[in-house]
Amino acid sequence: MKRTISALVQNQPGVLARVAGMFAARNFNIDSLAVGRTENPNLSRITMVVIGDDATLEQVRKQLGKIIPIVKVYDFTGEDLVQRDLMLIKIAVASEKRPEIQAIIDMFRAKVVDIGPKFVMVEVTGPEQKIEAFIDLCRPYGVKDMVRTGMIAMPRHSKARPDKGLEPERQGPEPDRE
Amino acid sequence: MGTTTDSASPNSKNQSPGFSKKLGAQIFCDVLQEEGVETMFGYPGGVVLPVFDALFDSPINFVLSRHEQGATHMADAYARVTGKVGVVLVTSGPGACNTVTGLATANMDSIPLVVITGQVKTPLIGNDAFQEADTTGITRPITKHNSIVKDVNNLARTLHEAFHIARTGRPGPVVVDLPLDVSTSQAQVSNSGPEIDLPGYRVRYEGHIRQIKRAAEAINASEKPVIYAGGGVILANASEQLRQLVQKANVPVTTTLLGLGCFDENDPKSLQMLGMHGTAYANFAVQECDLLVAVGARFDDRITGDVKRFAPHARVVHIDIDPASISKNVKVDIPVVGDAKSILSEMVKYVEPRERKEWFARIDQTKKLYPLTYNNDTGAIKPQYVIEEVCRQTHGKAIVCTGVGQHQMWTAQFYRFSLPRHFISSGGLGTMGFGFPAAIGAQIARPDATVVDFDGDSSFSMTLNELPTAVENGLPVKVCILNNGYMGMVRQWQEMFYGKRYSKSFLKNPDFARVAEAFGAVGLTATRKDQVPKIIEQMLAEKKCCVVDFHVEREENVWPMVATGKGLHEMAGLPAGTSERV
Repeated sequence: MKRTISALVQNQPGVLARVAGMFAARNFNIDSLAVGRTENPNLSRITMVVIGDDATLEQVRKQLGKIIPIVKVYDFTGEDLVQRDLMLIKIAVASEKRPEIQAIIDMFRAKVVDIGPKFVMVEVTGPEQKIEAFIDLCRPYGVKDMVRTGMIAMPRHSKARPDKGLEPERQGPEPDRE
Repeated sequence: MGTTTDSASPNSKNQSPGFSKKLGAQIFCDVLQEEGVETMFGYPGGVVLPVFDALFDSPINFVLSRHEQGATHMADAYARVTGKVGVVLVTSGPGACNTVTGLATANMDSIPLVVITGQVKTPLIGNDAFQEADTTGITRPITKHNSIVKDVNNLARTLHEAFHIARTGRPGPVVVDLPLDVSTSQAQVSNSGPEIDLPGYRVRYEGHIRQIKRAAEAINASEKPVIYAGGGVILANASEQLRQLVQKANVPVTTTLLGLGCFDENDPKSLQMLGMHGTAYANFAVQECDLLVAVGARFDDRITGDVKRFAPHARVVHIDIDPASISKNVKVDIPVVGDAKSILSEMVKYVEPRERKEWFARIDQTKKLYPLTYNNDTGAIKPQYVIEEVCRQTHGKAIVCTGVGQHQMWTAQFYRFSLPRHFISSGGLGTMGFGFPAAIGAQIARPDATVVDFDGDSSFSMTLNELPTAVENGLPVKVCILNNGYMGMVRQWQEMFYGKRYSKSFLKNPDFARVAEAFGAVGLTATRKDQVPKIIEQMLAEKKCCVVDFHVEREENVWPMVATGKGLHEMAGLPAGTSERV
């Protein structure tokens, strides 16, 4: 089972190595890992998608907690999350097929960010299923290259949650609602 | 070297009262003194020369080992005996790499160490410079924490943090990597000392009162409880609290290897050690109990045997300071996270006396049926006999160190421990060669005490290069080599599981007594059983380091034994037909 764990870490050299090394040393499976700055310049956030059962997840959480530069560990299991992955994908497409591709792109609210005679490069964001669905639809045309950031996540009911009206995804049916 | 004060400094623009400028090397020495370090261990080398120069004028007693591994084990034993942080200083590259075994040993057994490793100058880091190694990278998985100091202004704080992390919570080794240019640069130092800044490090000492009460109620309700006490009881200095709990609640106690001495083995409630080579009565008690109370122990595979069949009828209470230890190997019903001393002293208020007549009768029955025993009627010297004789002559009060293997297990079985911090052994990592340098560290910590190292011929051969360290420091360490000419435990496994194919497990030993003499120690040899009491007497009276080479029965085995994959009750080496009880 895939679970999302998020850790606030001190900005120090070697923190990522500690996390990655612990996962390897303790035989935990990591599906994706995304690191970035936070609103606090002294802290970064590591978002991890981990594969494992309840007992494994409990150990992952506790072992992360033992790493000294890790300030806080959040287990997002069972929470209502907004999850996002960013992908750049280069699709082989001849000019006569472009309208077809454009229709898919529109449907996924993706964006063409570069275009050449035999390809388009597209930027897609969304939860994992949406990204996977987009890739599946592109496969028949030919995927020349692709890169993904790994998932980041934020619970909807966190204190930092904006008002409902300010959260566009909550209005109307959307392909990326989880 | 030394400090430059405000008044002596020509440029005091940035300086205010209460501040002074100091060299990194001097800051290092000062922080060590502020942390109360009296003794440290190590070995010099190129990039730590400025620090060694500063140490030249320091009152800290520096013990020079003959190998960095030895220094680390000495500091480890020093920490185990005193409860203080063991301190090691070594150079970069090979010096740092040689501490790896010692760090991993301390890490597995939760021993507080601060190991300072030299590093090449910061501009050279990453250049494959002479004697450069990625020390923080190498030691990351085998330390509680490590860090490299790249700015002298962070040196004092980082060192204080290292001591704080090493000694608090679940203790462990911490490495601080110190580049050459950091020890030779100056920093502004506040006289009030730096603040520790560790937002990600919080230790919970007090147990949750509701959990403590639940645990006490579980004990009160139990017909057949067993306490399983580990090294954590010793680390927390909680032996007295454990004793009070046991006396009041009337519960039998078994200990792990590292827990030996945390509960008096001469007490009728003691079941002695459990596990792979534990006593039959401890193992049966665990398999039959209805409540297992683990205190400062971590359900290691050498304890549980087949973990699926471990303590099958028991609810489990687990008291531990490390939340990650709870439900890691065995599912825990009542966890209590915190310091064993604080939790036990609270718990004793809520437990009630109970007689448990049937349970103790059953335990007495197993004690009578399956005592620890060996056949001492042969002409050869039995290793167990040597240990029993040393125990008798030292009244069970010596500080006992061991290497790893058969001799270690026999020591655990046949030396009756009654005091905490008196059994010094590498439990988790199983580091052969630990015993002799550990004995040196222990003797330095307790110059007044009788320190005995029971060692194997193979274990001792790994670190006997520390003999000159013992001699140089006038340490009357007693080494009892239980010499069977084999790597005994390897041979036992080959006998049991590999059809007696003794592949590479025997070795041609030197004459250890003459080796000892060559190093300036006293060397003795015993080949006959009747020599044993006398030679031990002579050894114990010796004022110098004394090595006794006991030529013991070559193919003696350690019994009982729970083979890998077996349940704890399925012990080999018991009288036939008695191991199918649970």
